[in-house]
Amino acid sequence: MTSATNVEVAQPPPAAPGGTVVPTTRLRVPSRWSFMLRRLGFYLAAAWAAITLNFLIPRMMPGDPSVAIIQQLQRVSGQQLPPETLVSIQALFGNPDANLFEQYLAYLGRLARFDLGTSISRFPTPVADVVSSGLPWTLMLVGSTTVVAFVLGTSLGVLTGWKAGGRLDAILTPASTFISAVPYFWVALLALWVFGFQLDWFPSSGGYDPDAQGVAFWVSALRYGFLPAATIVFSAFGGWLLGMRNMTVTTVREDYVLLAQAKGLSPSRVVLRYAARNAMLPSFTGFALALGGVIGGALLTEIVFSYPGIGYLLYDALTKRDYPVMQGVFLLIALTVLVANLVADSVYVLVDPRVREQG
Amino acid sequence: MTADTRADADRLVAAARAGQDEQAQADPVLDVRDLTVSYIGPDGGTVACRDVSFQLGRGEVLGIAGESGSGKSTLITALTRLQRPPATTTAGSIVFHPAGRPGIDLVPLGARALRKLRWTSMSIVLQSAMDALNPVMRLGDQFADVLRTHNRGMDRAAARTRTTELLGMVGISADRARSFPHEMSGGMRQRATIALALACSPQLVVMDEPTTAVDVVMQRQILAQVLRLRRELGFAVIIVTHDLSLLLEVADRIAIMYAGRIVEIGSARALYRSPAHPYTRGLRDSFPPLHAPLTTLHGIPGTPPDLRRLPSGCPFHPRCPVAVDACSTTPPPLVSLPEQAAECLLLTNEEAS
Repeated sequence: MTSATNVEVAQPPPAAPGGTVVPTTRLRVPSRWSFMLRRLGFYLAAAWAAITLNFLIPRMMPGDPSVAIIQQLQRVSGQQLPPETLVSIQALFGNPDANLFEQYLAYLGRLARFDLGTSISRFPTPVADVVSSGLPWTLMLVGSTTVVAFVLGTSLGVLTGWKAGGRLDAILTPASTFISAVPYFWVALLALWVFGFQLDWFPSSGGYDPDAQGVAFWVSALRYGFLPAATIVFSAFGGWLLGMRNMTVTTVREDYVLLAQAKGLSPSRVVLRYAARNAMLPSFTGFALALGGVIGGALLTEIVFSYPGIGYLLYDALTKRDYPVMQGVFLLIALTVLVANLVADSVYVLVDPRVREQG
Repeated sequence: MTADTRADADRLVAAARAGQDEQAQADPVLDVRDLTVSYIGPDGGTVACRDVSFQLGRGEVLGIAGESGSGKSTLITALTRLQRPPATTTAGSIVFHPAGRPGIDLVPLGARALRKLRWTSMSIVLQSAMDALNPVMRLGDQFADVLRTHNRGMDRAAARTRTTELLGMVGISADRARSFPHEMSGGMRQRATIALALACSPQLVVMDEPTTAVDVVMQRQILAQVLRLRRELGFAVIIVTHDLSLLLEVADRIAIMYAGRIVEIGSARALYRSPAHPYTRGLRDSFPPLHAPLTTLHGIPGTPPDLRRLPSGCPFHPRCPVAVDACSTTPPPLVSLPEQAAECLLLTNEEAS
């Protein structure tokens, strides 16, 4: 994503009207704002591309998805569709007879009003409602576990890397390597079998107790969410730990860490402000990208635990060939990944002053 | 010959110790005795510094020169207690004498007591200023953290004032405190690290090849600045480099290291005019003289010895142009001369005869 903006910097300064040359210094030292604006422009273009592809792909597919959907809808609901639903489906998936460009404009118009069409499997619920019913569950479960796994793994990674070869390192590093190598779905199934079925400590499926109200509802949500959350953290923290450990091991050998020690600063300050602060830069990018993957990333968890999030919705839509829901979820995933990238880029500028000049 | 030469040698060693630089003797800031540093490995230790002894007077500039692998970096990380495993100080003492207070041996000192002493008594300038400054912290913050660590109660404004003052000493304008290291030139960064080293008014500044990363013009400027600041502030300097000609200009005394030992130590003038050790002579003749007509330069043949398999007798004898048979069997004693002391068997023979 940086290559696109690099090209701009490498270009010679444009000649201003009247033949005078714009001072080159302005180009060499872009302000933080112009840097951000260029990034923002790039992401807007990428978002437009994602939206357009989402529009084009069903239309490029052989056959007519609209007809297939309409037939399926009528089969599922057992009734004749109202004409406005027909129009809506064709607008989303393409009427082979209509002008493609006009369709495109209509599609954009609907998107602007968050109209993603109507779900087939849950007819006549709008896709937007289906997606937004799953969104909070996924955000809470995967969002919080991603943060917890990152914080836990990174902190332990700093400790093991700082005392590389020590006791903690001797235990945690091979353990993390092992855990990272175990497939997630196996961990999840094992946890489900042991804690859900054999010990019966936690509910084995769902996201909440449907009968609970008020505070009890939130408590039940925590109880239902614990096992999926624990498996995600368990599987993910090892990767953060290893990455952070290896970066810390190399950073600790840097002269500025040696100098910080020579300055007689407190050990915690040396570790946090000098070693960890620099070692974290690559992990930080990974973390921001992981946050972008939150929406789409919990597919396996939500399938194994039948958790009512976006991943489970997508799985459900796939098995029931619910194209509108699939399309809506894909669009949402594409856009969140883009937003996360944008946030990662923008915040990286703040955490590493060196990238400001390089663009 | 052995019995006689040994007795002679012992007498001469004592004489050498006694005859060390008068100023250093009278009021030393650092007193290093028989310092031995080993790199501990699975197959035993490799001794990188062996029985190093010297004294450093208050406000004195001591240069340490030697080839790569001669133990100079090992020596200064041991002196500053910045060594990392597998390097270990296995013997000797490093007694630091704060002004008007009893000396402190740094070797057995605990981490907490050592931290109190760091930067306020002894600071360090590292070779590459680019790597020595934290790339994600503003220059001013890197001054403020050390200032406020060692001066409890110093507030931000006071730290800023002091930083401005320190940067001013090396000719850097105050607004540079807002800069990140990558925004400054190499020379400016190196001057900034020197200013940083002076932040807590230390009595000793250790400089590890402080000018190798900058061009020769900047080299002179920086060294002139260091000497001027030393005159004004009175700190002592240990400066380590492989560039003997540079040391000849800035150091009061010079120690030459070879295979982990100080093979010759003495006033810069004596080492330049009449080096006593053949190795020192070789080093001197391998640099072009700055103020004399060009003559043929001579290198030292061979390579530094493998520290794990040191030659018997004098470690320099395989490369020595004037070695005699005894050099391969008898370790040379330290021989005291009027302005220097050197470890060479030939000197004992001359003296004895």
